[in-house]
Amino acid sequence: MQKKLQVEAIEHGSVIDHIPAQQGVKILKFFKFTQTNEKITIGLNLATHNGQGKDLIKIENTFFNDQQANQLALFAPNATINQIKDFKVVNKFQVQLPSSFIGVLACPNSNCISHNEPVQTRFYVKQKSTLKLKCHYCEKSFERSTFDELD
Amino acid sequence: MNNPLYQKNIISIADLSRSDLELILQTAHSLKQTPQPELLKNKVIASCFFEASTRTRLSFETAVQRLGGSVIGFDSGGNTSLAQKGETLADSVKIIASYADAFFMRHPQEGAARLASEFTEIPVINGGDGSNQHPTQTLLDLFTIYETQATLDNLNIAFVGDLKYGRTVHSLAQALSLFNCNFYFISPEALAMPDYIIEELNERNINFSLHSSIEEVVDELDILYMTRVQKERFDETEYQHMKSAFLLNASMLGNVRDNLKVLHPLPRVDEINIDVDDTPYAYYFQQAQNGVYARQALLALLLSNHFQANA
Repeated sequence: MQKKLQVEAIEHGSVIDHIPAQQGVKILKFFKFTQTNEKITIGLNLATHNGQGKDLIKIENTFFNDQQANQLALFAPNATINQIKDFKVVNKFQVQLPSSFIGVLACPNSNCISHNEPVQTRFYVKQKSTLKLKCHYCEKSFERSTFDELD
Repeated sequence: MNNPLYQKNIISIADLSRSDLELILQTAHSLKQTPQPELLKNKVIASCFFEASTRTRLSFETAVQRLGGSVIGFDSGGNTSLAQKGETLADSVKIIASYADAFFMRHPQEGAARLASEFTEIPVINGGDGSNQHPTQTLLDLFTIYETQATLDNLNIAFVGDLKYGRTVHSLAQALSLFNCNFYFISPEALAMPDYIIEELNERNINFSLHSSIEEVVDELDILYMTRVQKERFDETEYQHMKSAFLLNASMLGNVRDNLKVLHPLPRVDEINIDVDDTPYAYYFQQAQNGVYARQALLALLLSNHFQANA
């Protein structure tokens, strides 16, 4: 039996599902959804089969381009994005981890030249299992958990 | 035939393929045998040391002058607009590079050379960026190994001392992993080769082993690459207790291979006793001299499309 939807359906916009618990609020902040006037419904720590919980975001009148969808992978590598029109899912896709992230993260190495100069940071995905990224400039590699997002 | 390094940047040893490295070494060998005093005639090379250096700067500037080029630049960052007026490195590079045909730089921050290469069309050569890369040191090390062993393939090479913080040994091990060498890492546990280098060697199926003293392996070696264990990384008692395992003296070289050469990026303090200097195995001073030829080779290849190394 299909479980009843735990949050209200939307007419037109996007539903981001399968976000790991605790990441939903970070995604809202990262994409500056906290500053939009669009209607947003958020589910935090929703029940899952594996018991680990998930977050879910529904946002009206907003669609993700490929670059934004890829950036979602930084927070939710297994997330799915549902595009909704007239209350129907017209497109559903899983986010893909891109080969690099440009202008999204600050280098954890405080002596990296990228902090002081007019350049965008760039990191290459070095390992996917436990996400590890290598800085284009200082060439050092770091696990995802050591990064801060740029404002 | 065009050379594949013409107008390229030399930022990180990992950017160079095995054939690139072989071309550079053959060119260094050729220039050592047959000087080319007019190859860079009318070329101006910027030599910009945002951080002080002795051997790297002097050997680079010697290399330019031995090829007939001229040098502009500075030997420390303190008096530059960058330091005094807050100019960005990007702006400094744009201006200085507009005066020159190639840009050689050392900088205290990691990634500085890569960044510089994005703000100019002329070739940038990294003379050391913080703790990251020092590719011209690696090239002179490779050239010295090639010169003394007539090959880079399948050699037994030991690295001794501070393998954790020494960028020299990291880059050299990465480069030599293209040539299927066997590595022996000899260091205090606290200064062992970092995990990311070990991971790279495993990915490439390179044979390596860890040891706690030079004498365990010295008789099997073709190259013994010494570095200094810095006293300040240990407390005094601990340092006195363990330092002897990482010091080399002539009496330890009684049964070594005839072709063994002892190398060191210099400066040395006491990790190579001066009685080693008089043995046929000491090659660290010739190694430092080879820095001029390795840097000449880079300049020749970056700035002369049709330069042909004599085989």
